[in-house]
Amino acid sequence: MTAAPRRVLIVDDEAPARSRMRDLLADVNAELPVVVAGEAANGRDALLIAEVGDVDVALLDVRMPGMDGIEVARHLQQLAAPPAVIFTTAYDAYAIQAFELHVIDYLLKPIKASRLQEALSRVEQKTGLNPKILRSMQQAPRSCLSVGERGRVHLIPLEEILFLRAELKYITVCTAAREFLIEESLVQLEEEFAERFVRVHRNCLVACAAIRGFERVGAESGEGPWQVVLAGLEERIPVSRRQQHIVREFAR
Amino acid sequence: MARSINHIANAGPLPDFRNFGILLRIVLIVNGIALLAALLQVPTLREWPAQFTENAALVEPLLILSLLVLAAAGDTLRRLPYAMAIVAIVAIELALTAALHFVTSGLFFFEAHSLPRWLCVVALATGMLLGYFDLRGRALSPALAEARLQALQARIRPHFLFNSINAVLSLVRQEPRRAEAALEDLAGLFRALMADNRKLTPISQEIELCRQYLELEQLRLGERLQVEWHTENMPPDALVPPLALQPLLENAVYHGIEPAETPGVVSINIHVARDRLHVVLRNPYRLTGDHHVGNKMALANIRERLQLHFDVAAELTTQVGENTFEVRMVMPYLKAE
Repeated sequence: MTAAPRRVLIVDDEAPARSRMRDLLADVNAELPVVVAGEAANGRDALLIAEVGDVDVALLDVRMPGMDGIEVARHLQQLAAPPAVIFTTAYDAYAIQAFELHVIDYLLKPIKASRLQEALSRVEQKTGLNPKILRSMQQAPRSCLSVGERGRVHLIPLEEILFLRAELKYITVCTAAREFLIEESLVQLEEEFAERFVRVHRNCLVACAAIRGFERVGAESGEGPWQVVLAGLEERIPVSRRQQHIVREFAR
Repeated sequence: MARSINHIANAGPLPDFRNFGILLRIVLIVNGIALLAALLQVPTLREWPAQFTENAALVEPLLILSLLVLAAAGDTLRRLPYAMAIVAIVAIELALTAALHFVTSGLFFFEAHSLPRWLCVVALATGMLLGYFDLRGRALSPALAEARLQALQARIRPHFLFNSINAVLSLVRQEPRRAEAALEDLAGLFRALMADNRKLTPISQEIELCRQYLELEQLRLGERLQVEWHTENMPPDALVPPLALQPLLENAVYHGIEPAETPGVVSINIHVARDRLHVVLRNPYRLTGDHHVGNKMALANIRERLQLHFDVAAELTTQVGENTFEVRMVMPYLKAE
C-alpha cells in the first residue's frame, strides 16, 4: 500500500449527494488513505479542478445537466495524465448495461462505504478509459468538443463552432475566434450533431445556425457554383456539386 | 368519503345517466333500432330514409324525455337495490310511453299507434339497453381491478427513489431532523402508492401527496426546482383518480428541471370552469435533438385511468411550446360526499 493518499474529485449536480460522498470518503479514509481533491457541481468545474488539482480518481455522476458524466470522462481523456474514473448513478438501466458490458467500474447510489473502498483500491491497476467505448456510451450529443492544450482541456462549446473540416488525419474546428485541431471522425461528428450541422462538402460540415446565405461564384472554381457565407467569417466554404441541393433547401 | 369507481360512470350495476358516454350510447342504440325497424317497414330501399325520419319523429320525443327524467332521478335510483332500480326504470319508461301516447294521439298528424304494442317494444328496448350496460360493466370490471395495478405502474421512478434515499442518507449525520421529515414524506408517498387506488380521492389529498413528493425533490435539487401553485379557484372537495397529478409532477421534474442547468419553474393551475375540473401543469422544456419518449408511459397510463373513471367525459392533452411543456387534464367536477 502506497503512503500517499489518493486524491479524489467528487462530481455530482446534487449537493446532498456530494455531501454523502464526503462522509463516505471520510469513513473509507480509516482503511485506505484518501483526500478530497475537490468538488464540482457540473462537468465544466470538474474539468477545471482536474486540470490543476492533481486528481487521481474522479467520481462522476452519470446524469447531470449540461454535460453528463460520460461526456466529462471523454474530455478528461484530453489531459496528459487523465485521472481514473469511477461512475456513480442512482438508476440508469442503459448506463449500467454499458458499464457491465465494458467492465467499467461504477457505483450504485446509495453507495456503501465498503463498496466505495473496494472500487478505490482497484484504481491502481487501472489504465485510461478507451475513447471508443466512451463514445459508444454517449446517449445524447455532447455539449462541447475538447482539445488538450499544454496539459489543459480546452472546451469548444458546440454553439460557437462555425464549421468542421476534415484535413488529413485531423479535423479543423473553426470558431469566430480561432481554429483547433481535433482527432475525431467527420462521419461520427455528422451523426452525433445531425441537428446542428449540415454537410456542404465531402470534407466539411457547417453550422446551420451560422449560415447567412449562399454566394454564386464562377464555374471555373472546379467546385459547384455556390459558396456558403457564414456569420462572422471572411472565408467562404465551397458547396460541392453533390450537396448543391442544400442551397435550395436552405432557401425555403 | 371517497366514491368508489364502481358507483360512477359506466362501471356500476346501474349506468350513470348523467355521463356523456352513457347518454351517447343510449341515443345511438335507440336510433339504431329505429333505423333497423325502418328497414323492415319499407317495401324498397329508396323509402328507407323517409321511413327512418318518420320513426325518429315518434321515438325522439320519448328518448329525450326519458333521458331527462332518468338524469333527474339518477341519484334516487342509485340508492335502490339493483333489481328495484331496474323495475323502476322500466316502469318510468312505460309510464312515459303511455303519457306521450295520450298526448300525441290527440294531435291529428299522428296515427293512433297501438299502445300495447308500443309498451312491449319500449319494455324490450329498455331491458336490452340495461342488459347491455350490465354486460359492459362486467366486461370492464377486470380492467377496473387492474386500475390499481396501473396506478402502481405509474409508480415513482426508481431513479427518484434511490436518489432520494441517497439524499436522506446525506442528512442523517448532520441534520437528523430534516432526515426524519424526509423519511416521513417518503413513507407518505409509498403509503399512497400502495393504497387501494380504485377509489377516487379528493384533490386536496392528491395535492398533499404532491407536496410530500416536491419536498423530497427540493431536498435534492434545492433552488433549481421552483414550484408555483395556482389553486385559489380550486374546490378542495373535487374528486380525481388517485395518483393523477403526482406522476405528472414527477415527469415535469425529470424532464424539465433535472436536465436544465438553470433553475426552472413548475406551475400547477387547478380550477373549475363550467362544471369541469381543469388541471394544467407547465414545466420548462428544451426542445433539443434528444427526444425522450419516457414520459409517454406515465401520460398513457393516466389517460387510461381517466377513461376508466370518466369514459369520454375526461381528457388529457399535451402541448409542446418553444420552451415549455404543458399537460392539461379536464374531467367532470364531482364533489366528495
